[in-house]
Amino acid sequence: MSKEKVGVYVCHCGTNIAGTVDVSDVATWAGENNDNVAVARDYKFMCSSLGQELIEEDIKEQGLTRVVVAACSPHMHEKTFRGACERAGLNSYLFEMANIREHDSWATTNKEAATQKAKALVNAAVDRVVQQSPLEPIPVDINPNTLIVGGGIAGITAALELADAGNHVILVEREPSIGGHMAQLDKTFPTLDCSACILTPKMFDAGNHDNITLLSYSEVESVDGYIGNFTVNIRKKAKSVDEELCTGCGICEEKCPIRVVDDVFEAGLGYRKVCYRPFPQAVPKFPVIDRENCTYFRTGKCRLCETSCPTNAIKFDQEDETLQLTVGNIILATGYDLFDARRIPQYGFGRYENIFSSLEFERMVNAAGPTSGKIVLRDGVTTPESVAIVHCVGSRDKNYNEYCSKVCCMYSLKFAHLVHERLPDAECYNFYIDMRTPGKGYEEFYHRLLEEGTHFIRGRVANVTDAALNDNEVNKLIVQAEDTLIGTQRRIPVDMVILSSGVESRHDAKEVTQLFKMGCDFDGFFIERHPKLDPIATMTEGIFIAGACQGPKDIPDSVAQGAAAAARVAGLIQRGTVMMEPVRAHIDQEKCSGCRICNNMCPYNAIVFHEDRNVSEVVTALCQGCGTCVAACPSGIISGAHFTNDQVFSEIEGILWDVSPEKVLA
Amino acid sequence: MKYGFYPGCSLEKNAYAYNQSTMAVTKAFDIEFVEVEDWNCCGATEYIAIDLLPAYALISRNLAIAAKQQSEQLVAACSACFLNLKKADHYMGESHKLNEKINKALAAGGFNYEPGSVKVRHLLDIIYNDVGIEAIQEKIIKPLYQLKVAPYYGCLVPRPAKMGSFDSNEYPTSMDEIMRALGATVVDFPLKAACCGGHMTQISEDVALDMMRRILKNATDNRADLIVTLCPMCQFNLDAYQESVNKKFGTKYNLPILYFTQMIGLALGMSEQELGIGKELVSAKAALTNISEEPPPKPKRVRRSKEALPLPVLEEV
Amino acid sequence: MAIAATLARAPTFFDEVVNNTPGGDPHLELCLQCGTCGGSCPSGPDMDHTPRALFAMINAGMKEQVLRSNTPWYCVSCYYCMVRCPQEIKITDILYTLKRMAIKEGNYRDSTASDAPGFSETFIDFVENYGRSFEVGVAARHHLRHHPLKMVGMATGFGLDMLLKGRMDITPNRIKGLEGLQAILKKAKELGGEA
Repeated sequence: MSKEKVGVYVCHCGTNIAGTVDVSDVATWAGENNDNVAVARDYKFMCSSLGQELIEEDIKEQGLTRVVVAACSPHMHEKTFRGACERAGLNSYLFEMANIREHDSWATTNKEAATQKAKALVNAAVDRVVQQSPLEPIPVDINPNTLIVGGGIAGITAALELADAGNHVILVEREPSIGGHMAQLDKTFPTLDCSACILTPKMFDAGNHDNITLLSYSEVESVDGYIGNFTVNIRKKAKSVDEELCTGCGICEEKCPIRVVDDVFEAGLGYRKVCYRPFPQAVPKFPVIDRENCTYFRTGKCRLCETSCPTNAIKFDQEDETLQLTVGNIILATGYDLFDARRIPQYGFGRYENIFSSLEFERMVNAAGPTSGKIVLRDGVTTPESVAIVHCVGSRDKNYNEYCSKVCCMYSLKFAHLVHERLPDAECYNFYIDMRTPGKGYEEFYHRLLEEGTHFIRGRVANVTDAALNDNEVNKLIVQAEDTLIGTQRRIPVDMVILSSGVESRHDAKEVTQLFKMGCDFDGFFIERHPKLDPIATMTEGIFIAGACQGPKDIPDSVAQGAAAAARVAGLIQRGTVMMEPVRAHIDQEKCSGCRICNNMCPYNAIVFHEDRNVSEVVTALCQGCGTCVAACPSGIISGAHFTNDQVFSEIEGILWDVSPEKVLA
Repeated sequence: MKYGFYPGCSLEKNAYAYNQSTMAVTKAFDIEFVEVEDWNCCGATEYIAIDLLPAYALISRNLAIAAKQQSEQLVAACSACFLNLKKADHYMGESHKLNEKINKALAAGGFNYEPGSVKVRHLLDIIYNDVGIEAIQEKIIKPLYQLKVAPYYGCLVPRPAKMGSFDSNEYPTSMDEIMRALGATVVDFPLKAACCGGHMTQISEDVALDMMRRILKNATDNRADLIVTLCPMCQFNLDAYQESVNKKFGTKYNLPILYFTQMIGLALGMSEQELGIGKELVSAKAALTNISEEPPPKPKRVRRSKEALPLPVLEEV
Repeated sequence: MAIAATLARAPTFFDEVVNNTPGGDPHLELCLQCGTCGGSCPSGPDMDHTPRALFAMINAGMKEQVLRSNTPWYCVSCYYCMVRCPQEIKITDILYTLKRMAIKEGNYRDSTASDAPGFSETFIDFVENYGRSFEVGVAARHHLRHHPLKMVGMATGFGLDMLLKGRMDITPNRIKGLEGLQAILKKAKELGGEA
């Protein structure tokens, strides 16, 4: 085997690496210690254009056959350096990166140890790279259909952007109507736009667009495949209504005799029928029968909806339907859940009648809500004379959620405004820790509330109680907090308390990540590819995220992310083909004994078994290169491209360069 | 069931009624208590305010003896004793330095304690969790029908929660459930876990009396016949200082303060004598006459008005 | 992470408070000044400074004012603050540390907290000499020192009732292993009262 000519480049990364690792020592040592190294340099910023040119020139002038860059994580710049190699005519899989930043200089302050480790890592990379073979990326076609999961404002935006650009979209929504949380709101901050007025036109467009297939009251059951080629199974839950016949007249809903508390759209503040549409402007307009509470499904009686329907659209025998679709990309826009304030017993939610959650209050002030927009106490009749709004409920609290929910200060101010508007004589108190108003027009909105006469008390509420200590407090809810700007404890008796609960991930977020094979963080929010530079992609190719499912955010940010995800997908569709990493497994079929151990090990279902020849085969396109089958094969005849045994063992021996065999065996 | 038992100074005299009733009731449930031999005062909330290491050493001597007696679990009836023992064990486990120093001090007296050797539990915990509501109900002879009790937990049993409290730190319900199982009508009151003031009576009597007033007022406002408690300090404060509260604020509270073990004993058919009833300064005699042979009438279902908005549902209630 | 532990410079008052609080990191540096502690405290309205204000003062290094404040002495250690603190700061434990530091410094005597520590000191005196607490003795000595007239009120008020009901010892009890206990306490004091 002719000797390879390896170029080693040790990056300073400013002081990130050079501050701890003696980079020039490492470079010099690499040149002297390893026979294969033809060139060894150190440079301040290898990823810069000058740094890359250094590599390219050396390849051309020195005839390098392999390149090693010792720098940051391959997640950061493997692509960058591979590009440099390709430009100079060297196959990019003849390149290897040694991570001496995240794995070394950022892991310790001990300079000596860090330098030693860097040398070992570089040596390992060199020994590995000489074992590597050239590989070619695999082209994959992108199916032009896109699946969008979640019909809230982020999902609707993404769907419309893609559809208007001429692409076909399947929009799946689990509730009977699209609209999400935004449809529940009355006014939106800071402009006080009517939420329904700005949302319903978009809902209408999404529901009637030629390029959008809307599947409401449906859920994704399984996802298989890879970018450009996802096979998705969607369960269309039985609405008990024939959509071809239904005209949306609403008579069935009127006639239905059973009403239940509406926990979803009315946030528990109002009722809905069992045969219902979540709200009058629902898209699609078809009602749905809640079989769990329906008299017919429970006892066989009633059937009023069926008999009153003028077009015979009620079909009790309708069953769930499963659709299988192929899409190229998926955008998840599944939204958020509101923090359940019952978890904080000292705030009394659920124990005292006149304490309301934020979504309950939203529904109350909504003109189409259970009180037609009147602010009243839980008896439905009495007007409160004083209202307290409690910020940071379940947020910024290590006992519940440590993060700040971003939108609550603004919506709390909005509530204060609505109280002033509808109850001009009422006193309104906002209890806060910090006033967070970072968006456009937000601080000005805060000033408006100051002008309107809101009493702002800087103090996190300790508890809300009805235990009166004197006559002023009888029959009131007493909010106790320290007014930190004065430095005394205050008890403010009010008639109504609104808890500004925080934003949480959906309760089934973890299950969703498992379904789509991407990840979520400890709070359940989906993990983006890069928190600063790529908030809409995930680590799984072809799956994107948008809106509150990625983290708490308001409507403008959700719309922006929805549009961004759509743009990314549109770009992929336009390209038509995507190049996939050739890091895949390959079964030597001559040597395969047909034991099939690998078949069930594959998490991507990428191995097929040929009964006629009694051998297994890896479907290259489905394989994600995880290496499980490679390790599992008892005959050792599955090889992982770019992770062959020779490559991995050389790397290990390279790391152990300074450990003599005697030491190991002793 | 066998447990180590740490009575604490108050159970000897001031809260002897608690002692009596606890022994009577636990015997009925086949619980055997092995008293910590020659136990010393736990220091209450006083020693820890003066000097840290001696305070912890004082407490741990008891833990060491309990461990030597091979008591896997140590039960305390007094809330302060309970918290002190639990905290000492917990912090010794958390801090290597503290553990080392305390054991050095204990060695001077011939003792040694390995944190975690003894599990410290409160009396209410073992009765609620180990004995259980069903077992209690089986032995009831004289249910406390129509007696309105306000269960008062004080502050040191529900809190701090981090060391594995057995009930909610804001709104505990274990004693409520026991009282309900005894047939009594439980009067729920928001200040059930508020502080009685502890030794505040000696620092600033005004502040202390106000704290007691709040609790008495709240229980009275909610129509309780008597307050049921689990801490000797709370019993003493609310009982002995009730007259002072009335004098200072011009109120007329007349709320007897009994221990939850006394209530259990009554329901089990034991005599007032053997349960120490009569030792309380605000006499419980009148309140106990409210106990009726008849169970209370089923509360009429309150129909909410047509316009009323639905309420969120709380699981615990 | 306790910043105090890793620094090379001389410890500040803040560091002292943190280092003297037992059982691991009390997280005092995480205080957001939200006021939940001050809002929850049952004796809060009667304190010189709310616990929150006190923490701001500790941060500012105002050692003298902090140790002369009556705040730690008005703490009834009900733990409401500690369980509600959103940053999980061990507030009650820190207040106990301040009690101990105030006694060591000793300059609380001409402040609003003047006779507060007296009760605790009297209490432990009896514990150290008998191994058990002795309520009558403690009350008597404490009140005689600070407000003797009160003794009359108590004696004729519930004091008499307590005696008649057999709920009060008029003589102290002594444990058998008192010598051993005293040896333990002596050693503990020698080792230094820090965690």
